[in-house]
Amino acid sequence: MREIAYEEIVKTVRDIIVYSACNLPKDALDAMKAAYENEKSPVSKEVLKQLLENANIASSESRPLCQDTGLAVFFVKVGADVRVVGGLLKDAINEGTEKGYKEGYLRASTCEPFSRANLKDKVGYNLPAIIHFDIVEGDKIDIEYAAKGGGSENVSRARVFPPAAGKEGVIKFVKECISDAGPNPCPPLTVGVGIGGTFEKAVISSKHALFRNIGSVNEDPEMAELEETIKTELNKLGIGTMGMGGTQTVLAVHIEANPCHIASLPVSVNVQCHSSRHTHIVI
Amino acid sequence: MSQVYHLTTPLSNEVVSSLKSGDIVYLSGIIYTARDAAHKRLVDLLDEGKELPFDINGAIIYFVGPTPPKPGDPIGSAGPTTSYRMDSYSPRLIAEGLKGMIGKGKRNKEVIDACQKHKAIYFGATGGAGALLGKKIKSAEIVAYEELGPEAIRKLEVVDFPVTVINDSYGQDLYQMGRAQYEVK
Repeated sequence: MREIAYEEIVKTVRDIIVYSACNLPKDALDAMKAAYENEKSPVSKEVLKQLLENANIASSESRPLCQDTGLAVFFVKVGADVRVVGGLLKDAINEGTEKGYKEGYLRASTCEPFSRANLKDKVGYNLPAIIHFDIVEGDKIDIEYAAKGGGSENVSRARVFPPAAGKEGVIKFVKECISDAGPNPCPPLTVGVGIGGTFEKAVISSKHALFRNIGSVNEDPEMAELEETIKTELNKLGIGTMGMGGTQTVLAVHIEANPCHIASLPVSVNVQCHSSRHTHIVI
Repeated sequence: MSQVYHLTTPLSNEVVSSLKSGDIVYLSGIIYTARDAAHKRLVDLLDEGKELPFDINGAIIYFVGPTPPKPGDPIGSAGPTTSYRMDSYSPRLIAEGLKGMIGKGKRNKEVIDACQKHKAIYFGATGGAGALLGKKIKSAEIVAYEELGPEAIRKLEVVDFPVTVINDSYGQDLYQMGRAQYEVK
């Protein structure tokens, strides 16, 4: 049984949080550059230019890309042959999250649902982190992290369709979601689509789909084709960068499909703004 | 065709009337920050017949909750937040003399109507350009509600802060105009 020190997890999480807030990952940066090249609207093109300049300033001066430094979301795969010594893995991730947000001068955005009181003193600075665990073979801990902003979460949707809705129903649902959202979620977007499973499985899959690198191809050829179809449909909406009108509304559509009940076709749409701050590390 | 303006706050009715949806504006001078919680408090003050913590005549409110400043900086990253959450409060403030709002995303009919009736502008700043926009802010000072943290009302001094006119004082909406031009039915 391999052992990993609690403190090592804390430090790793702290470091990826501080880095991710200021450095757009290569896949997202490349996708934004491609959007800039392909955009037909001069207004959207100008805004894309501003966003590329912003990414440059953020990285070179270590300033957060966006003031909404998000809630910290993790997908963690724990090998069956590894254990954390000195404390619980969950506590280490939360501690690393608090350190990262505090020491990186990032925003504490967690609050109580109704009083809206900030939780930075009561629970911890930008705590709790949102953590999804899985247990896998091996002796490693695999951590996928994303800083998830509020604007794009606010337009996300889920619904359970009858099976007869089929692919057409899915395409229509995603299109309605992005059309209604318009400028609000900060396009150009990455659109995560969870299909199948149960209600909550679809939602979690749609979130996890956003962690995939933009530009990567779905391993399932049927889903890869559906991703392209939906992307083409969404780019017909004309929303453009920040809703100014244009041809580049989405950078990518990512689907995660799961087996589902014979009675149901669950579909979830989770939206990611252009500032797709995600990272992957294996300890 | 869209025009480019360099304007200094506060804004007069005359200046507001000259702006059209799609115009690009570089703002300099004083602007105030407020998000959901601060808006509620401002409207509560008006309901109670009390004075606002700043002079709203000709003022511009920026919908922003910045990151904490690093040592030596006036402010952290400071891009716009989504504006619709302020829709239920903005018409009241516009009626009191507010001349400009800076945010991102759609406004409702009541806000667009209030902009037309009382001559005010809804400006869009680039969402997600917090590092770039934060650098246009030269000083920041909390003027009310410090306990709200990132949501406190701050007085900002800005120089050449880049915004685009989304809703002008003639009822026009750049989001609708822009999308109509590129939508493929």
